[in-house]
Amino acid sequence: MAQSVFAPWADPNEKPLIQFRNVTKRFGDFTAIDDLTLDIFRREFFALLGPSGCGKTTLMRMLAGFEAPTEGTITLDGKDISPVPPHKREVNMMFQSYALFPHLTVYDNIAFGLKRSDMSRDEIAARVEQMLKMVQLQKFARRKPHQISGGQRQRVALARSLAKAPKLLLLDEPLGALDRKLREETQFELMDIQEKTGTTFVIVTHDQEEAMTVASRVAVMDHGKVIQVDTPDRIYETPNCVYVADFIGDVNLIEGNAYPAGDDRVSIEWAEGQPGIIATPAGAVEAGARITFAIRPEKVAICRDRPEDLPNAVRGRILDIAYLGNISTYHVALPSGHVIKAQTANDRRIARRSFTWEDEVWLGWTATAGVVLTQ
Amino acid sequence: MTGWGDRLRGRIVVAVPYLWLMLLFMVPFGIVLKISLSDYAVSIPPYTPTLDPSAGWSGFQDFLGELDFENFVWLTQDALYWKAYLSSLKIAVISTALTLLVGYPIAYGMANAPDEWRPTLMMLVILPFWTSFLIRVYAWMGILSQEGFLNQFLMWTGLTAEPLTILNTNTAVYIGIVYTYLPFMILPIYATLEKLDASLLEAAADLGCTRVQAFWLVTAPLSKSGVIAGCFLVFIPAIGEFVIPSLLGGSRTLMIGKVLWEEFFSNRDWPVASAVAVILLMILVIPIILFQRNEQKQREAEQ
Repeated sequence: MAQSVFAPWADPNEKPLIQFRNVTKRFGDFTAIDDLTLDIFRREFFALLGPSGCGKTTLMRMLAGFEAPTEGTITLDGKDISPVPPHKREVNMMFQSYALFPHLTVYDNIAFGLKRSDMSRDEIAARVEQMLKMVQLQKFARRKPHQISGGQRQRVALARSLAKAPKLLLLDEPLGALDRKLREETQFELMDIQEKTGTTFVIVTHDQEEAMTVASRVAVMDHGKVIQVDTPDRIYETPNCVYVADFIGDVNLIEGNAYPAGDDRVSIEWAEGQPGIIATPAGAVEAGARITFAIRPEKVAICRDRPEDLPNAVRGRILDIAYLGNISTYHVALPSGHVIKAQTANDRRIARRSFTWEDEVWLGWTATAGVVLTQ
Repeated sequence: MTGWGDRLRGRIVVAVPYLWLMLLFMVPFGIVLKISLSDYAVSIPPYTPTLDPSAGWSGFQDFLGELDFENFVWLTQDALYWKAYLSSLKIAVISTALTLLVGYPIAYGMANAPDEWRPTLMMLVILPFWTSFLIRVYAWMGILSQEGFLNQFLMWTGLTAEPLTILNTNTAVYIGIVYTYLPFMILPIYATLEKLDASLLEAAADLGCTRVQAFWLVTAPLSKSGVIAGCFLVFIPAIGEFVIPSLLGGSRTLMIGKVLWEEFFSNRDWPVASAVAVILLMILVIPIILFQRNEQKQREAEQ
């Protein structure tokens, strides 16, 4: 039985929950969001990823209602939300600083939003208990925020923002203050809660690993524009420009001119005296066009002898080895001056490692291992 | 050996504030307490007994034997005193409430003003301290009197036909106290409001609060410690206030500071005046302890 894949963005009949239509936001002379159009669908876990100052937080604050767009419209469930003040939106936010009320107990923090609605006291108590159970904080209900740990505070903040069962939950760098181990655990918890509650999540983060782990789709932003919106695997495997390729993960970028080489392939002239790189571009490339060839280090094989079965092979000398435990990254200098990174899994003990500094090695990759970027 | 010199130095540093309190608080208080237990006498100084070190141990025993609580008993017998205490308490409570009413919005406005304005606003709050307190109270006499600026202005606008009698009433005392102690109310409230994390108000709005609700549910409780500190800083000096009621108040304005002054300078009855002062201090110890506890709690909450 084939399980249906969750991909509402691929279904033309699906109506988006949130639509940004040509949204621009300016603060004085500074343009934070530049003519942005974006659809987010129900039940999505949508990540806004980008460096600080790229506009991702502004975008989120516009959804919460703390900022109004200068131009364009934002609709939630088909309704324009610009005139709706924050306290009337069916949108809740989990703040980066958690913004827990220090004078209220964990219980009262979670109940805060519910008390503003027309729920009865019994209903509120039941709902708070349910939320406490979800984040496993029943024992801490009577504590004040300063009496619990950072991880527990993070969960109180999450419970508080989910208590009103919003149509949309916004998470502003929710895991930034946690240490690495706890962050990874919490990422899976977040995904679990998102799945269970069926709420649409929009998360803002500058941590690409976090975005890749939790999100159904990632929007990579830069200078107020969305550069690419896609599933994490497609963002990684088929970035649409150099910026995205470089921002997500580690990559080798080689500039050159592409010439047709038959079978939808191109040959990239990239250095004097080196054979052209054989690659498969996604679309048509003009003969002689200036392009960038991007290849991930783990797709570059490293070997002692020339790899005869691979269409691309270059010779170089090992400059540096970065040992990361599970993997090692070899920095290989080519005679042309290029340095190419190749990654291998350390499936053997370190003493039996094949290569060391100054070794002459061959690097090779297939015709489909890299991507040809025209931007 | 390390430590010996350091320890000595450390002890000296710790001793300085104690020495200060000893010399400038405990010793004078001891003298006042002693005088309050003495009897009135037409002499210099105007009380007996006086301690004569040359009389030796038996002289000291006689000296102790002559001390009594007569003056404190007297304070309970004459209604003037407890009426003055109660009236001071009432005036201090009302003027503290009025100062809070005026000071809180000012502090709130300052805390929400653009960053570049704040130093200027702070300066404006502190500016009156550059002029002597006494001169500023005199200036209020010029404003509040029958022919003063306020009445001239009110009659010019036609709001009143007859000049209002404000000077030499309790109203003038309230105006004087509120005016004088306003900075002591504003500054601690401003300090707590300025520290208030703006994202808490956004969180409140996000969870369904209107601005007014967010104020009462978040801003007000979180500025409580500043309000308490400000209230004590106004209440404690206001209860013993002497200059304002004697310059702006009327003959019917009864405040314990004024009674004390009259006992001391008009009646030259140092023992009764000292007893009044000792009782006033004992009354003030309660709010001072409460104030300290509030400060302590706030420090703990910040850790």
